[in-house]
Amino acid sequence: MNKVRKFVWFPTPYHSILLWLVWQILHDFSRGHMVLGAMFAIVIPWIVAPLSEKEAVAKKTIKAVIYTFRLLIDIVASNYDVAKRVLQSNRSLKPAFIAVPLDIKEPVPLAIFTSSVSLTPGTVSVELSEDRKWLYVHVLHLEDEQQLINLIKDRYEAPLKEIFGC
Amino acid sequence: MTVFLEVVVSFLLVFGAFVMLIGSIGLAKLPDYFTRLHAPTKASTLGVACILLASMIFFSVQLGHVNLKEALISMFLLITAPVAAHMLGKAGLHYKVKMADSTQNQHLAKKAYLQQHPDDK
Repeated sequence: MNKVRKFVWFPTPYHSILLWLVWQILHDFSRGHMVLGAMFAIVIPWIVAPLSEKEAVAKKTIKAVIYTFRLLIDIVASNYDVAKRVLQSNRSLKPAFIAVPLDIKEPVPLAIFTSSVSLTPGTVSVELSEDRKWLYVHVLHLEDEQQLINLIKDRYEAPLKEIFGC
Repeated sequence: MTVFLEVVVSFLLVFGAFVMLIGSIGLAKLPDYFTRLHAPTKASTLGVACILLASMIFFSVQLGHVNLKEALISMFLLITAPVAAHMLGKAGLHYKVKMADSTQNQHLAKKAYLQQHPDDK
């Protein structure tokens, strides 16, 4: 890149805060590490920010927190579901591929969406189509295809779209 | 350490281990590559999270101050487990791993494969 960028003190402020916090947790909030962590939190974004996309910011914080907690509850529920399927006979299993049409285009919400799909309702996202319009998903046990697609879209995609405002 | 906390910690440990056990059984017995992906991705997150929570409670009480390192581990695990599963699934798709005959919509897998390898009909 030849383009000269304008120097910014905090190119990714939220990442800086996160980095500092993680450093503190790792070192039990000792005073020396607070200073060292602050130095890292300032210097590392200078180096890394030009390499990555613009920092994605959740526009609706409360919705994001609700989404996180619902995701955690869903993880427990889906664990129960998968455990049940594992302990049943293999013959009653109906594995399938489905293609979920995507409305989100931005990389960070998309990454969160695919990860949520992988973590929750008996599904693993296996491939994203080149044009980012379809997400191919493998389902452990498929009963009703359209119903599952609607569930994924309503439960995970719609709130994410709202949170990131895209 | 009170009895109540001991019970909570033991329960979390046993429950976490149980969930991991089911995940491992799933890894061994499910019919094909793609279905085998399901059990460990889900079980490892919940199972490890339970064990880490138990460790967090135990050491917070033992050391007398809140210990958040385990929360950090579960956070990283929550981020990396689905990514690993996605990459494994993707690799399986592109190597045309054999899937169970009962799999529905097998044409979608072929479609996704052809996107990356357009000349391989």
